[in-house]
Amino acid sequence: MLMGLFNNWVVIVLMMSGLYIVIAHGNLIKKLVGLTIFQTSVFIFYISMAKVNGGSAPILSENISLYSNPLPHVLILTAIVVGIATTALGLSLVVRLKESYGTIEEEEIQRQDNQQNQALNKERDK
Amino acid sequence: MEILLSITSGLFLFIGSFLCISGGVGIIRFPDFYTRMHAAGVTDTLGSAMILTGLMFQSGDLLVFAKLVMVLLLILLVGPTTSHVLAKAAFHNGLLPQGLNTLSKSDDKEDTSSNT
Amino acid sequence: MINIVLLSLLVVIAIAIIRMKDLFAVVMLTGIYGLLSASFFVAMDAVDVAFTEAAVGAGISTLLMLVAITMTGRKEKVTRHKPFAALFIVLITGGLLIYGTLDMPLFGSADAPIHSHVAPRYLNDSMQEIGIPNVVTSVLASYRAFDTFGEVVVIFTAGIGVLALLFVPRRKEEDEKIASINDSMHEHHLVIRIITKMLIPFILLFALYVQFHGDYGPGGGFQAGVIFSSAIVLYTMLFGLSTARKVINQGFIQLMAAFGVLFYGCVGIASLMNGGNFFDYNVLSDDPVAGQHLGILLIEWGVGVTVAAIMIIIFFSFAGRRELQQHSENNKNRESL
Repeated sequence: MLMGLFNNWVVIVLMMSGLYIVIAHGNLIKKLVGLTIFQTSVFIFYISMAKVNGGSAPILSENISLYSNPLPHVLILTAIVVGIATTALGLSLVVRLKESYGTIEEEEIQRQDNQQNQALNKERDK
Repeated sequence: MEILLSITSGLFLFIGSFLCISGGVGIIRFPDFYTRMHAAGVTDTLGSAMILTGLMFQSGDLLVFAKLVMVLLLILLVGPTTSHVLAKAAFHNGLLPQGLNTLSKSDDKEDTSSNT
Repeated sequence: MINIVLLSLLVVIAIAIIRMKDLFAVVMLTGIYGLLSASFFVAMDAVDVAFTEAAVGAGISTLLMLVAITMTGRKEKVTRHKPFAALFIVLITGGLLIYGTLDMPLFGSADAPIHSHVAPRYLNDSMQEIGIPNVVTSVLASYRAFDTFGEVVVIFTAGIGVLALLFVPRRKEEDEKIASINDSMHEHHLVIRIITKMLIPFILLFALYVQFHGDYGPGGGFQAGVIFSSAIVLYTMLFGLSTARKVINQGFIQLMAAFGVLFYGCVGIASLMNGGNFFDYNVLSDDPVAGQHLGILLIEWGVGVTVAAIMIIIFFSFAGRRELQQHSENNKNRESL
């Protein structure tokens, strides 16, 4: 029981660490790292579900009869490459934000936005 | 013959793992960046070379043997190069070895050690 | 046993990442995290996945994050307010999820529901139907080819997005200036440049091996694409962006990215034209198994081309943006002098 669910619990701990980084940290790059950790925890979850005790890698061979489940492998294989492509997109957004705001801290970006809005509102009031 | 092969390979594997562990201890125990890198670089190259040689004795198959030789060649090329580049980058950025006009602060060292 | 050790190390690294304030160290730890999870995947028999994760998680993603932090600064600001609310949410969610796992099938049990549905069909019949030993490849490229097509389109779209966000029009005279700086740096990087020149052909060769050996062993288009692009990225890092752009024209790479996706789709259209379903390779040749072989080879090639091209485009865009920023900073410094 304890060992049988150990993988799932580690997955949940990793997932929650990723979620914590995304919620509690203001730095946008750190947030992306948190998302990567979250993503990898899902990969680990799928791959450990696919494992069969005593099975071997799903490459067919004459003298092996028990294989692990190939379907989650396929799903995660593509998900990893899609994950890096989307992470790159996120990073490029961060780079552009840095160029236009001069910072990548969430709070400072929000403060600058608020100041701009207030200035606009004042002008409109006049 | 069979026993002789497994004994030799076991010996090589043992030396290799010992070197890797001693390298790991070195990274933690040594005082400054350059000595730590020395521990990591030297033992990693020799340690992994020893482990690969040990595995070659066990391979039995010519294809597996050839693959291991290729991995060994790659490690012999890449290992020293990375150590060289790392040391050069550290020196280029003004990190001096300890005892040699110690300008490096302690927090500086922690940063670099976590990057190795 | 080994998976427990690896998973514990993963948890330790995740906690270290939470506590670190230096983004450079965080990115390096992310690389280690990727490599460890790749080792875990090997222990779980997922060799193809481990291959991809080692190339992507430990290689390309670390590199892209490093390029990004050279542009955005490497220190994280210390937040003043206490993160109790976040901790509370995380603990509640985690507790509920752990409660949920109590009903999950135990690790490694062969009679778990996941193993009873489609998987036996793939494992038992794929040798007769597809005729290649690597079941992962036959599922990826044949049974679920439409799915994979979607993934490739997502990668392509992400590449276009990066290009749209970071595209830099380049000017001629700057190139020459940068080239002269690069020449002066040659002495400085002599050892690593020579070693790299020795290694790059083998990396490219290995990528091709992974591409075409994917039917029989771990490998395939996704991994090959990432490895191929990593060789180009290595060259770009050491010899400068303008040199690399002379070797590989960026316009050509963009064309190849679109071509790969189109080629993949065309294989589907071709099977439609021959009277089969979309991505039904049986009709591509007289013999169904030969048709499957041909179809898998072609679409894996399309995947490989697209992935390699998109990864190169992403890296070129980041590096080009960085060069532009450095250039404008230099100009500012000169004006202030």
